[in-house]
Amino acid sequence: MAILLDKNTRVICQGITGWAGTHHVTQMMEYGTKVVGGVRPGKGGRSHLNLPVFDTVAAARDETGANASIIFVPPASAAAAMIEAIEAEIPLVVTVTERVPLLDMIRVREALAGSRTRLVGANSQGVLAPGIAKLGVMATGSERPGGVGIVSRSASLTSEVVAQVSAAGLGQSTTVGVGGDPIHGLSMRDCLELFFADPETEGVILIGEIGGFEEQEAAEFIREAKPSKPVVALIVGAHAPAERRMGHAGALAIGGAAAASAKIAALEQAGVRIAPSAGLVGRTMADALAKTH
Amino acid sequence: MRLHEFQAKSLLADYGLPCPKGAVAITAAEAESIARDLGVAPLAVKAQIHAGERGAAGGVRMAHGPAMVRSAAEALLGKKLITAQTGEGGLTVRRVYVEAATPAVKQIYLALVVEPALGGFALLGAAQGGEEIERREREGRLVRERLTLSVGAEPDPAELDAFLAAIGLEGGARAKAATLVAGLRRAFIELDASLIEINPLAVTADGDLFALDVKMTLDDNALFRHRDLASLRDEDDDERVKLTSQRDQLNFVQLDGDIGLVSNGAGLGLATLDMVKAAGGRPANFMDIRTTATSLDIAHGFALLLDNPAIKTLLVNVHGGGMQSCDTIAEGLGVALRRSGRSLPVVVRLAGLNAEFARTRFKNFGCAVIEEPDMASAAQRAVTVAASGRA
Repeated sequence: MAILLDKNTRVICQGITGWAGTHHVTQMMEYGTKVVGGVRPGKGGRSHLNLPVFDTVAAARDETGANASIIFVPPASAAAAMIEAIEAEIPLVVTVTERVPLLDMIRVREALAGSRTRLVGANSQGVLAPGIAKLGVMATGSERPGGVGIVSRSASLTSEVVAQVSAAGLGQSTTVGVGGDPIHGLSMRDCLELFFADPETEGVILIGEIGGFEEQEAAEFIREAKPSKPVVALIVGAHAPAERRMGHAGALAIGGAAAASAKIAALEQAGVRIAPSAGLVGRTMADALAKTH
Repeated sequence: MRLHEFQAKSLLADYGLPCPKGAVAITAAEAESIARDLGVAPLAVKAQIHAGERGAAGGVRMAHGPAMVRSAAEALLGKKLITAQTGEGGLTVRRVYVEAATPAVKQIYLALVVEPALGGFALLGAAQGGEEIERREREGRLVRERLTLSVGAEPDPAELDAFLAAIGLEGGARAKAATLVAGLRRAFIELDASLIEINPLAVTADGDLFALDVKMTLDDNALFRHRDLASLRDEDDDERVKLTSQRDQLNFVQLDGDIGLVSNGAGLGLATLDMVKAAGGRPANFMDIRTTATSLDIAHGFALLLDNPAIKTLLVNVHGGGMQSCDTIAEGLGVALRRSGRSLPVVVRLAGLNAEFARTRFKNFGCAVIEEPDMASAAQRAVTVAASGRA
C-alpha cells in the first residue's frame, strides 16, 4: 500500500538524544512507526524513550535488526552520520537536518554510488505512508490511506496538497519529500519509478519549484515510461524575483535551465496535467482519476 | 556568500592562481597612489560589485598613468552600475580594483562549479572566453568542455590533459594549467566554494597564464568551518535587509508591490506569490519562515514588512507542519504589530498544526484579522483589500 515503507520497517534514529530526535521519535511512535533504537556516539548502553541507545549504526543494526534510519544530527556532523548509515548498509535513510554543506552532500553522493542505501534528503520532511508508518517530521491529521502518491521538494506545500487530496475524497499511498537542498539523495525521478511500479498507487502528484533540473529529469522519465497512471504537477515560483547572477557558470553547467516555464513545458510535453493553481491540485487529481476509471 | 574579485584573487593566490599585480581602493586618491606604486601602464580600473558583465556596462576602464586612474576611479566610485547581471536597480560601486593590464594572445574560460543535476562538481572550460560566452552558447557557437571532479580523488591526468588541450592550451601553458587546476580543486574543497570562475584566463605570448577576472562564491552552509572567511561578507546596502533576515531565520527578498507576504516554507511562499500575481496583485516581498525560527525571529520578519510604508496589506498564508505551527507565527505577528503601532489590514489563512490556537492568539493580541478558508480566496481578498485601501 506504499513505497519505501511497510509494516516491517524497523527504524533507528541517529541523534535520538537531542531535542529534535526526542520530540519527533515520540511523535513517530505515537503514529505507530516501529522505532527499535537510537544512535548517539558516547551514549551507547543507555536507554532513551525506553529504547536502547548504541554508539554506532552497525551495532544498532546488529542488535535490533533495523532496516531504516532517520537522522537528526546537526549540520556539521550530518554527512558523517549519513556515510556511517550507508557503510552499515541500512536500506533506507531519511535525513531531516537542514543546512548541510554542499560539498558534504557531494561526499555523501560519492558514498551512495553503488551502495545498498536509498537516501531521502537531506533537508527532507521525510516519508509518510498513511496508516502504516511515518518516517519524518510532518504534521499528521489530514492524511488518509489511499491511492495518490506525492513527491515534493517542499514540506509546507506537501501538507497543503495532502489536505486537498483528502478533501477531494481521495487518500495517499505515500508522500515523499526529496529535500529542499540542491544536492540530495533520492530524486523525483526515482520516486516516480517506485510509484509507477507500486500496484496500490493509482496516480502521482509531483510538486516542484524553480531552480535545479529535477522536474525536467522527471518529465523525461515519464515520457519514456508512458505510465498508465495519471501524473499531476504543481510548479511554483513562476513569479519569483530573478536571482542576481554571478558569472556564467550557472548557464553553462549541466541543467542550468531553471525557469518555471521550462519545467511546465517539459512536463506538459510528457503528458503531465499541470494544476492551474496551488489551490487546485487535489481537484486536478480527482478529475484525472475520474477520467481514467 | 559572494566574494569580490579582489577578495577571490587574494584567497586563490595561496593556491597558485597567477594574477596581474594590483590593489583595491575606496577613494580616487587611493587609486591614484596605487597606480603610482605599481609603476606600470596601462592599468585597468575595475568596479568591485557582486555581479558580472561589468565590461560592457562601463565598469572596467583602461587608464594610462596615475592621473587617468584617478579620474576613472572618480567616475565609478559611489555610482550605480547596471550590468546584464545586476537587475534593473544596479549595484553601488564602493571599491575599485586597480591592476596591471595584461596583453593576451588567448582568452580562455575556466570554471569549477557545483552541478546539482549530477550531484557533484565539475570543471568547465571553453577556448574562447570573455563576456560573450553565454551568447555564443545560446547561438550554438560555443564549444564547451567539461570534466567531472570528485572530492575523494584527483582527476585522471590523461583526462585532464585532454580537457586542457580541447580548450586550446598547448605546451608550457597546458602544463601550467594542469598545476593551476589542481590548486583550484584544492581551494574549492578546502574553502567550501560553490563557484570559482576565471574568465578570462589570459595566455600571454610567453605561454604564461594570468587570471584577469575571478568570480567566487562560498557555501553559506559551510561558513561554520571558516570563521575567518565569514568576515569577507560585504554588507552593502543591497544586502542589508537580506542579512537581517538571515540572522532572524527567514529568507527574505524585497519586491516593489504593496502586499506583504508571509508563509512558512519556501514552496508555500512561492505558491502564495504566484497566486497573488495571478489575482492581479503586486507582492511587496517574498518571505519564507524557516522551520527553526522562534516567534521572536518571526516578529523581526514582520517588522521588516511593517517598516515598509509601501505595504498596504499583509497576507499571512500558513500551513502548520511538524516543525512550525500556526500559533508561533500568530505570536510573531502580534508582537510585531504591537511594537510598530501600525494598523493595517491583515488577511490570514490558517491550516494544519495549531490553527485554532493561532486564532486565540490573534484575539489575545487584539489583532483584527480577516480570515479566509483557503489559499485562493485569501490571495483574492488581499488583492481586493490592497486595491481599495481598506478592509
